[in-house]
Amino acid sequence: MNNYDVIIIGAGSVGVPLALSLSEKKINTLVIDELSSPGQSNNKKAIGGIRATHSDFGKIKVSQRSIEIFSTWQERFGDDIGWLANGYSFPAYCERDEKNLKDLMKLQHQFGLNINWVSPEEYNELVPGINMRGLRGSTFSPEDGSASPLLAINAFYFQSKKFGAEYHFNEKVIAIEQENDRITKVVTEKENYSAGFVVNAAGNQAREIAKMIGLEIPVNPDSHEGAITEPVQRFFGPMVVDMRPSKDSANYYFYQNNEGQVVFCITPAPPIIGKDNDATSIFLPQVAKRMIDLYPRLANLKVRRTWRGQYPMTPDGFPIVGKSQEISNLINAVGMCGQGFMLGPGLGELIAKIILNELDDDDLKALQSFDPYRDFSGMEQFK
Amino acid sequence: MSQNRIKEHPILPIPDRENVRFFWNKKPLLAKKGEVISSALFANGIKIFGHHPKDNSAQGIFCANGQCAKCTVIANAKPVKSCMTLVKENMDVKSVEGLPKLPNTEKHEINDIEILEFDVLIIGGGPAGLSAAVQLGEHNIRTLIVDDKNELGGKLVLQTHKFFGSVEDSYAGTRGNDIGKMLAEKVRKLNSLTVWRNSIALYVYKDKKVGILKNDVYKLIKPKIILNAAGAREKFLRFKGNALAGIYGAGAFQTLVNRDLVRPTKRLFIVGGGNVGLIAGYHALQAGIEVVGLVEALPKCGGYKVHADKLKRLGVPIYTSHTIKQAHGEETIESVTICKIDKNFQEIPNTDKTFSCDTLLIAVGLEPVNEFALEAEKAGMKVFSAGDAKEIAEASSAMFNGKIAGLQVARELRKDIEDIPSSWYEKAEILKSEPGKTVDYQNIENNSKVFPVIHCLQEIPCNPCSTICPTNSVKIKGDPITGLPYFEGKCIGCGKCVAICPGLAITLVDYRKNEEFPTVTLPYELKNHKIEKKDQIECVDIDGNILGEYKVKRVIDSPANNRTQLIQAEVPANIAKKIASFHIQPDEVSRPEIKNITKIDDEEMVCLCERVTAKEVRKLIKKGVHDMNQIKAITRAGMGPCGAKTCDNLIKQLFREEGISQEKIVENTRRPVFVEVPLGKFAGGGDDE
Repeated sequence: MNNYDVIIIGAGSVGVPLALSLSEKKINTLVIDELSSPGQSNNKKAIGGIRATHSDFGKIKVSQRSIEIFSTWQERFGDDIGWLANGYSFPAYCERDEKNLKDLMKLQHQFGLNINWVSPEEYNELVPGINMRGLRGSTFSPEDGSASPLLAINAFYFQSKKFGAEYHFNEKVIAIEQENDRITKVVTEKENYSAGFVVNAAGNQAREIAKMIGLEIPVNPDSHEGAITEPVQRFFGPMVVDMRPSKDSANYYFYQNNEGQVVFCITPAPPIIGKDNDATSIFLPQVAKRMIDLYPRLANLKVRRTWRGQYPMTPDGFPIVGKSQEISNLINAVGMCGQGFMLGPGLGELIAKIILNELDDDDLKALQSFDPYRDFSGMEQFK
Repeated sequence: MSQNRIKEHPILPIPDRENVRFFWNKKPLLAKKGEVISSALFANGIKIFGHHPKDNSAQGIFCANGQCAKCTVIANAKPVKSCMTLVKENMDVKSVEGLPKLPNTEKHEINDIEILEFDVLIIGGGPAGLSAAVQLGEHNIRTLIVDDKNELGGKLVLQTHKFFGSVEDSYAGTRGNDIGKMLAEKVRKLNSLTVWRNSIALYVYKDKKVGILKNDVYKLIKPKIILNAAGAREKFLRFKGNALAGIYGAGAFQTLVNRDLVRPTKRLFIVGGGNVGLIAGYHALQAGIEVVGLVEALPKCGGYKVHADKLKRLGVPIYTSHTIKQAHGEETIESVTICKIDKNFQEIPNTDKTFSCDTLLIAVGLEPVNEFALEAEKAGMKVFSAGDAKEIAEASSAMFNGKIAGLQVARELRKDIEDIPSSWYEKAEILKSEPGKTVDYQNIENNSKVFPVIHCLQEIPCNPCSTICPTNSVKIKGDPITGLPYFEGKCIGCGKCVAICPGLAITLVDYRKNEEFPTVTLPYELKNHKIEKKDQIECVDIDGNILGEYKVKRVIDSPANNRTQLIQAEVPANIAKKIASFHIQPDEVSRPEIKNITKIDDEEMVCLCERVTAKEVRKLIKKGVHDMNQIKAITRAGMGPCGAKTCDNLIKQLFREEGISQEKIVENTRRPVFVEVPLGKFAGGGDDE
């Protein structure tokens, strides 16, 4: 049987950066994925936004570390991963949203985040041509940004291989055997493996993997559709998140990536539960009407491609990350709720520290947000 | 002002169109009313429409079909595909240098998207789609036909040559563009048929609706059955310098020349000896363009021998067992180097020849546009395919299998409709048959004083000669459509077989007046190279070998002969039966030249949209990458506007060359939308009336 220090199930947003962190520290790591190459499930569906301006310590801390990793990647390793410090903005068109955003900003300032309130006129400079009617201003966090999920995961992948990580693609985990409170064997269609630690980073499949060990984790994927346009010269700055709900959708967001292409995505309401990846005729008209109303300038921009993917959701919108209490050598890194791409690199380091027993007080505090044994009754703000 | 327009054409009428003024980078130019921007620019000698943001390479026409975005220009401040956008009075057109600038828009209309139900949706109004529509219309089934062009007929519109196939089933002997008009007229008269022209099918969604951009307005169609008759797309080729401006497909060329009556080139070189390449060469000659040569990698052209013979006889050299080695040029192609290859397609050293040319056509095969059918199947819809979208074959075959598919669809919806006769399926097989082997001349030693010499020595599905003979003396050996014709019986010297043969492969030899110097009658379709009485013509045999110069005795130009002239000359009896035609293109045109090559662009490009080289992709394959999605993620190959329609094949070739078998390759995921559309259209903007 092939033995590894760590086996990671899932070569996605979390699995690959985790393999990078582990292999960099000479930990003998194997990543197993049923698909053919890294990031082929939902990582490649991410639109690429990366922000630290969340509402809780855990995500803020992890994302800040992610931003450091994304933004310094090219100077450290040479590959362009499309990092752009274009910032995030949440424009407010009603008093309640303005108040909520401003209240949250107080908290975010306590965490040392760079986020400000800009006036409608200032916002019109950041997003020239934005609908000014009823606009009350917007948050703007200039240190947030974006990168290409496609380039980033491949950069992490090749670098982790250089550090010694192994990947087995086209291999589906079909059983996980255990003795007492330890996993003794990971069985795929092709091989049997054993490892000191097993990490469930299976994204959409997290629940099915957990069931193989007899565990129940509350991760339910719901579907979102996204799209990308032709590239044009840069014409606006930050990610724009329109939080206002509409009759058939919740928020949607868009930004212009490093190539000049506008990437966008909408959250359907009510959520569409399930893993179906086939495009529906509903998405484009639904999102286009809202985007054109908010930003008429987008009308002449050609849509190039659309796609559908999932947010592996937890009941409260926070990821589930940490050691299992039932199985001593199992670590969960699941339920990223659509933020796997931005949390991945930071989480990878954090999980490596769990495995290496190197957690400091801040790390422990951050992990509280993601505690697998919390009661899940809370709700994430501003997802 | 001198414009690169076709002012006379042996087949196509030249309409008198109003001039429209527009501006190109602030300079005033003239266009013809109702033409697309790209053709207006070509007519004014402008072939470079901008420069790519990645490497500043020159961009111009490529597909001329709205599928890629290589021809993007800025028209009245908006980035548009110039091949699909009509030029308008005073339009301000600018080249795109790097990334285009998106104009500001104050306000944009927002409406609900209309959803319409039909029994049948036919995607594509070409030979197959229209033939299917006629069947559905005759059975009174509510059918919508969408076609992305302004004129119905698909590629028929571009075909100035007479068609092969059988007279009774596929209009053989009639010119393609005329067949297109006839089919369109039939469709127009049937009440249950709705036609949307200028309407692009974008995707078949999981919820069984099809997105259509109708005249720039987005609509959703909910059909019970889809019939995919979207035709074919051309394959591209990998060679050094393949991304220079002026290198494009034969389809784009035919669009410019035969639809828009623009002369996009002075000196043309062609890659590919299939029917598409051969016919494009013939169309070029009809348009008054010099055809420098044609290369074919195989030892023999894959297209009909009669098409190849026609070109050779007119003076166009065909280089079989040759390949294109490299295209040279600063921004647009200036010359091309070809070389000989062995039976394993490997270059034979020291066989290079370089020719100057300003355009290179790639005609190396077609593949079905099958994405609509695949998506419809995935969505669980009933879907049929016809024409090239089903299987690549001649248009005559497309018309016949379109007819079958139309009736099949009708029978799905209405059980009372009669069975399809099994003879139809047999005929469909015959019409798509590949050319057979070449044989010797048949029955030309006979005692008649006047008789046809049939220079058609390869079995192809074609029978007009035997159908038209008033004395039934042109007979067919074996199968009544694909068999070889031969003369047996009585010839009255009417010349009808000479005039109708689509391959221009029948001559008439008449000894009645003079046994020593019989009169030979030769078919001729290139009125733009005018032949008159008393002209000396350089007569050639079937392969283009010169037999001697003889004086023209008579030129018959009868309306009954549908724009095929009959040229008569008195020639010595010993060569009379050998003469198949005469040279019109001087040898100088096709002479190789040795001159300084300006700049050698030795990149082999696989993805033209995102400018990804073979080298970049090969490096990843060598690293063990077998997932085309990963190649796309890293290099952007396939991420451009055309949606991997061009690079997909080329990347698969690279895998083969690296010894990776097909089953190890993970295919690119297909995603909506198949053609780029402005976001505002999905918000319900625009007016389709």
